[in-house]
Amino acid sequence: MSSRLWHFHGGLHLPGHKAESTSLPITSMPVATQLIVPLQQHIGAAAHLLVEVGQKVLKGEPIARPEGVVSAAIHAPSSGTITAIEPHKIPHPSGLPDLCVFIDTDGEERWCERTPLANAETADADSLRRHIQASGIVGMGGAGFPSHLKLNPGEYAVNTLILNGAECEPYITCDDMLMRERPAQILQGARLMCRALAARQVIIAIEDNKPEALAALRTEAARATTSNIEIIAIPTLYPTGGERQLIKVVTGQEVPSKGLPVEIGVVCHNVATAAAVYRAVELGEPLVSRIVTVTGEQVPQPRNLEIAFGTPLQAVLDYCQVEDGTDNSILMGGPMMGLPLTDSQTPLVKTSNCLLIRPHEKKPSAQPCIRCGACAGVCPAQLLPQQLYWHARAKAYDRIQDFHLFDCIECGCCDAVCPSHIPLVDYYRFAKTEIWAQEREKKVADLARERHEFREFRLQREKEERAARHAQKKKAVSSDDASADEAKKAAIQAAMERAKAKRNSNAATAKNTDNLTAAQKQQIEEADQRRARVKENSGDND
Amino acid sequence: MLSAILVLTVIAVVFGLLLGFAAIRFKVEGDPIVDQIDSLLPQTQCGQCGYAGCRPYATAMANDEADINQCPPGGETVILALADLLGKDPKPLSEEHGVEKPKMVAVIDEQTCIGCTLCIQACPVDCILGAGKQMHTVIEKECTGCELCLPPCPVDCILMVEVGSDPQSWKWPYPEQKEVQP
Repeated sequence: MSSRLWHFHGGLHLPGHKAESTSLPITSMPVATQLIVPLQQHIGAAAHLLVEVGQKVLKGEPIARPEGVVSAAIHAPSSGTITAIEPHKIPHPSGLPDLCVFIDTDGEERWCERTPLANAETADADSLRRHIQASGIVGMGGAGFPSHLKLNPGEYAVNTLILNGAECEPYITCDDMLMRERPAQILQGARLMCRALAARQVIIAIEDNKPEALAALRTEAARATTSNIEIIAIPTLYPTGGERQLIKVVTGQEVPSKGLPVEIGVVCHNVATAAAVYRAVELGEPLVSRIVTVTGEQVPQPRNLEIAFGTPLQAVLDYCQVEDGTDNSILMGGPMMGLPLTDSQTPLVKTSNCLLIRPHEKKPSAQPCIRCGACAGVCPAQLLPQQLYWHARAKAYDRIQDFHLFDCIECGCCDAVCPSHIPLVDYYRFAKTEIWAQEREKKVADLARERHEFREFRLQREKEERAARHAQKKKAVSSDDASADEAKKAAIQAAMERAKAKRNSNAATAKNTDNLTAAQKQQIEEADQRRARVKENSGDND
Repeated sequence: MLSAILVLTVIAVVFGLLLGFAAIRFKVEGDPIVDQIDSLLPQTQCGQCGYAGCRPYATAMANDEADINQCPPGGETVILALADLLGKDPKPLSEEHGVEKPKMVAVIDEQTCIGCTLCIQACPVDCILGAGKQMHTVIEKECTGCELCLPPCPVDCILMVEVGSDPQSWKWPYPEQKEVQP
């Protein structure tokens, strides 16, 4: 198998600072009185809320289910009552609030009914993946990518599953302590993952500055009679723990730019993820806590603690008796890639591997680039950091992508060696988020264009329809004109004729002069004569 | 001499026919440059540029009738992209056409709305929902923030609200230029 190791380009030898926090065993931190559990603790869509305010929850009870495929479930980290569901600051560079579930813990740590996967030893890959997704397992190395997706090779055949125990960043020792104390869990998890992927072999890669972890895993692995699991020591060099760098070191293969490791038959998972998979599948425990290294010069006793998700930063600081100080710089993660935390109520999440508390150091102000090329020499992704910097500075987003900006893993090596102290990674992050925002805006613009064009089309269509309707009505009126006139004329004619006939008939038959007696005729005659006389007289008078 | 003239004439005729055929056979429908410009514009359809929508403005730019700095919603990004595409020098946004503002969406105060449908007729992307004497509402996802619905509203019940960013859409700020000149 792979006795030979390779090298990746660049990298840095950094002072380890690991011994400080490995003197004490892993301890479970007592649960805080209030837990603040964000619904977004992973890459992908935020989980869909399942609970409401006032509800009582037990430890391990699902409080949010995965929304879509690229998402992970969230479980109550301890038993208690939900007091609020509202936005709260989450550990994110933006410092913006996001929806969180507030749980007032009862301190009893009562578990809900734990359901291990039935027939875990024979279960098929699909049911393993479903169980892992339902258990809320995400990459514990720092990225937080939902693990069930990385355990689904799809059309590709997986040759090697690499378990990443490199833990290359200074100060962080949570994986180291896990490997020392719980090697069996890691190996069990590795076997389950290996089955889900149908991988041929498993390689657990550990930096050679962790001899205790290497020994513990090797002893544990030796107990199995047949095994396709190999444990190898790799040279200590930052950032060996980067997925692509580790694959290069272990297999000699390069993951294509814009490609995924699975395309070359390799899948990489963190050792802590393997342990979490074991606990979820075999013990039925969803992911509700993790091991966090609390270290740095300001921590009286650096150590590794098992901390429930949602524990506010302040609770950890109090437990570790860190003195309050405004000049403390608190990083979530290591000194190279860590995220500065400013709010003491920020909760710890699934990806919080370390709390590094050091005295605040003022960064020297940036000087102009002298084009020394030191950054290109250390870049583990073989990029040209200087070119990326120029283009990011000039906001030339097309050209910066020609220099493979998105292959940058933001490891901070270029930052660390820059003699001008230019915040290079900040420029790359700025350019990346700007390009993503432009892509989003483009989609919105395309939708608006489509809707606007449809509206134009609709208005045109309505106009034509109206015109057509008018034309039809007009036509109907004009074609009716002739016949209508005739009908009218005929009607008038008929009416006139009726009137005429009536008149004639009236004249012909004066009904009250029929059948008169002789005396009556006499009277009429006399009246006529009188009338004639009067007429004559009046005529004379005129 | 004569044969040379003949040969040249034949060549000229052959190429002329070829070009003529190509002009007919490979004719491009519409103006591709207008499409390219249009695809860079933000499609707000607000008319702040002085044209009746993004496409008319794109057409005007393609015909060299309009300048590249008349689109306030697009702002600096669009000006830079247009300058790049059209090979012109970027210039600051023309002030008479407006100022660059953060992205807004229209929100109808549903208590005040009288259901007159005037805003529905004004909306260039058909994103207001409602009917006569019925309360109207804005489909926020599709609102471009063009503000064209504001003037027709007889009761001033439409407000422009800034779209706040969430952690997913947040953008890393431009690193401060603290460089000390030597």
